[in-house]
Amino acid sequence: MDATTPRELLRLLTCGSVDDGKSTLLGRLLYDADLLHDDDRARLGDPSDFSCLLDGLAIEREQGITIDVAYRYVATARRDFILADCPGHAEYTRNMATGASTADVALVLVDARKGVLTQTRRHSWICALFGIRRVLLVVNKMDLVEYDCARFATIEAEYRALAAAVGIAEVAAVPVSAAVGDNVVHRSARTPWHTGPTVLDWLEAVPVGTEHLDRPLRLPVQRVHRDGQDFRGYDGTLAAGRLRPGDAVTVLPSGQRSRVESLYVAGESAEEARQGQAVTVTLADHIDVARGDVLAAVEAPPDCADQFSAHLLWLAEAPLLPGRLYALQLGTAGAVARITAIRHKVDVDTQEPLPATRLAMNEVARIHLSLDRPIAWESYADNRTLGGFILVDRQSGQTVACGTLDYALRRAANLHWQDLSIDRAARAASLQQRPRCLWFTGLSGSGKSTIANLVEQQLHASGRHTILLDGDNVRHGLNRDLGFTAEDRVENIRRVAEVAKLMNDAGLIVLVSFISPFRSERRMARELLGEESFVEIFVDAPLEVCEARDPKGLYAKARAGRLANFTGIDSPYEAPLSPELHLRNHGQPPEKLAQEVVKYLEQEDPDAP
Amino acid sequence: MTALTTLDRLEAESIHILREVAATCRNPVLLYSIGKDSSVLLHLLLKAFAPGKPPIPLLHVDTTWKFREMIEFRDRATREAGVELIVHVNPDGVREGVGPFTHGAAEHTRIMKTEALKQALDQYGFDAAIGGARRDEERSRAKERVFSFRDSAHRWEPRRQRPELWNIYNARMQPGDSVRVFPISNWTELDVWRYIEREGIEVVPLYFAAPRPVVERDGALLMRDDDRMALAPGEVVREDRVRFRTLGCWPLTGAIRSQAASVSEIIAEMRASRASERQGRVIDFAPNASMEDKKREGYF
Repeated sequence: MDATTPRELLRLLTCGSVDDGKSTLLGRLLYDADLLHDDDRARLGDPSDFSCLLDGLAIEREQGITIDVAYRYVATARRDFILADCPGHAEYTRNMATGASTADVALVLVDARKGVLTQTRRHSWICALFGIRRVLLVVNKMDLVEYDCARFATIEAEYRALAAAVGIAEVAAVPVSAAVGDNVVHRSARTPWHTGPTVLDWLEAVPVGTEHLDRPLRLPVQRVHRDGQDFRGYDGTLAAGRLRPGDAVTVLPSGQRSRVESLYVAGESAEEARQGQAVTVTLADHIDVARGDVLAAVEAPPDCADQFSAHLLWLAEAPLLPGRLYALQLGTAGAVARITAIRHKVDVDTQEPLPATRLAMNEVARIHLSLDRPIAWESYADNRTLGGFILVDRQSGQTVACGTLDYALRRAANLHWQDLSIDRAARAASLQQRPRCLWFTGLSGSGKSTIANLVEQQLHASGRHTILLDGDNVRHGLNRDLGFTAEDRVENIRRVAEVAKLMNDAGLIVLVSFISPFRSERRMARELLGEESFVEIFVDAPLEVCEARDPKGLYAKARAGRLANFTGIDSPYEAPLSPELHLRNHGQPPEKLAQEVVKYLEQEDPDAP
Repeated sequence: MTALTTLDRLEAESIHILREVAATCRNPVLLYSIGKDSSVLLHLLLKAFAPGKPPIPLLHVDTTWKFREMIEFRDRATREAGVELIVHVNPDGVREGVGPFTHGAAEHTRIMKTEALKQALDQYGFDAAIGGARRDEERSRAKERVFSFRDSAHRWEPRRQRPELWNIYNARMQPGDSVRVFPISNWTELDVWRYIEREGIEVVPLYFAAPRPVVERDGALLMRDDDRMALAPGEVVREDRVRFRTLGCWPLTGAIRSQAASVSEIIAEMRASRASERQGRVIDFAPNASMEDKKREGYF
């Protein structure tokens, strides 16, 4: 190995459960290739127990299992390797996806005595889903089947059929005993019938990721790079293709065009950049470019869309609720996303489609996704950077899902907004009022409806045009098909917010009296109706007070276990953090609280009649 | 066309991460600890934001027990790079005269390093602290994310790590939370030295073998950098040709006997040797993967 020889880097994923001897295989590889540090060697008590080298967290050593992805770094004479060692159980599908997302290739381990199992199928399918197209099938524990050539051939044939079914293009297979050391680094005399590579041979020969080099340019903009008055460039990592000064580029989604004026690779002026490199470019024209835009080859730009069919892997403990809004990150682009439909979930073990209304942790589904703005994209199979996304919970900031875009849905493009010649302002002017949405939220029995009623009476008396949408009433009509599960509550609020918006557009002051227990849905309503309209009014009464009042006898029923998903009892109420109005309703007459609301509106809008 | 080299790919990944921090965090800082990993990190920082200036300042948590050569190097290297440097010392520790000889390695590290870092992050309101930790250094680090979140008490909770997919880093935080970011997570010690060689990056001369005054104590070769080290009966200071694989507080950093006086000689020596890097660190020798425990307390 010469210090000046350029070295290549291969990123690989290892799949298989503890019982298949995965850690033993990796340990054997390091041991036989003479790559272990002396202190690691010393820690190795029983020479066949290599797994103690790899399980890193205290909890994992206590329980003898692997929970999280561990990264190992190996340099052989020919190549450098980053090994993502992933846990094998179904409940760690999410960790396997993490490892697969950055891997070029995978090792799939199978126990020669057991053959292809459900988990082999699951691992291979997840590999394929996350874009791994080359796999080495390692049939381990050959010593325990007397190095039976026929047994190996049967397993190999079965696996090739599986790989073809899930979409893995290239498979090589090797018979191994990690415990004994056959065909890991050293070719074994006990398998003279094996003409293929050893594990190390394959690792050192398989091509590394250069797939997108000859494709059209894709440069997602990470950040606008300003320096002083004069310099305005754009930073990013090339997701596909090459780039030279003088190249014509299209900026997406805006569609504006320009030419690359100057190019820097890793901070130094350069004549060419290629896929995988971190660059800075300046453009010949002063056009508007922001983080999340994509610079693309003029002759073959990617598509822009806001509705997609995608695969989604749910990562969070709390389930996915269709209809709720999440923050989406794709490459460097951000958008607000809604899952509009779960087409079906997929059994990760059998790949059978199953009907579903929600998704739990580690479940995968085909979904429809709707964004609040169009983004430049490609299918994940074509480009991981422009087709892979995560969803983030907008309250907690946690990453709750990852997904892969399959194709765009054309619905939004074909369904044009009808331009209306009489607009909201015109209607409001003819009613001589400012349309508002007064959103009353609070526990059942907190006094929302009573107060909203009083407010409407006063507004009406002063000549305003109003409408009151009450939770119970709307559930008798528009929302009669909805129940009280978390999914239905989200949809309930979505519909009411849309109706409130139409009525706002009609110029009306809308009073909404809904428990609306979740912050994210109230935020959705606020964003839909607009800050200029939305007034969040928190009717705050302690649970004991509401329960004591119990005007509809519902708390009694819920306590008796005859009413499920009742807010405050077995379904949470997330109190507003910064409502426009916070009405503390204990011991005060409702008329006084209603007066506070009316006063707030007058202060906000002193010119109103 | 052949693939990018290992160093090209690692460099591009690190620059991408540094730019994500600048684009998505409110008030980031780079923790500069003067060692070779920090020298690489500073070099990457300059590259990530060239031709402009890095929008991220440097913070050095000074335990008051660093090698004198380190402090000289720090002041010169940051001045030449034209970056802003903040130096923080735990004033409580100074008042109480905390040091490794009087308080022990663990207590000294906790007060002068872990606590001092928390003080500085809180005082300046930094929401992201970039560090030079690598996953190949130690077993619990092998499982740590690139963007590693801390709660308001700066604790790491390994079971609640965010999934991290592709090169998408989710930097969203709750008020009071902060994130540690490790742009060279995927580099090995050998990668670091190869990159130092390729880019001609300057490092503290202590990495290169030279005659130095050393004392052998508990199996470690300690360099007596000033007179705060009292000699035990029978101990003698001898001149020996040594160098350091990692740099920290001098009473806690063991030297190795070596002839390697240049970067290429260090690389050659590493290939021949099979001792892992942190073996020179006295602090890691507490029982069982103590790094994980320390990090859960907020150690970097």
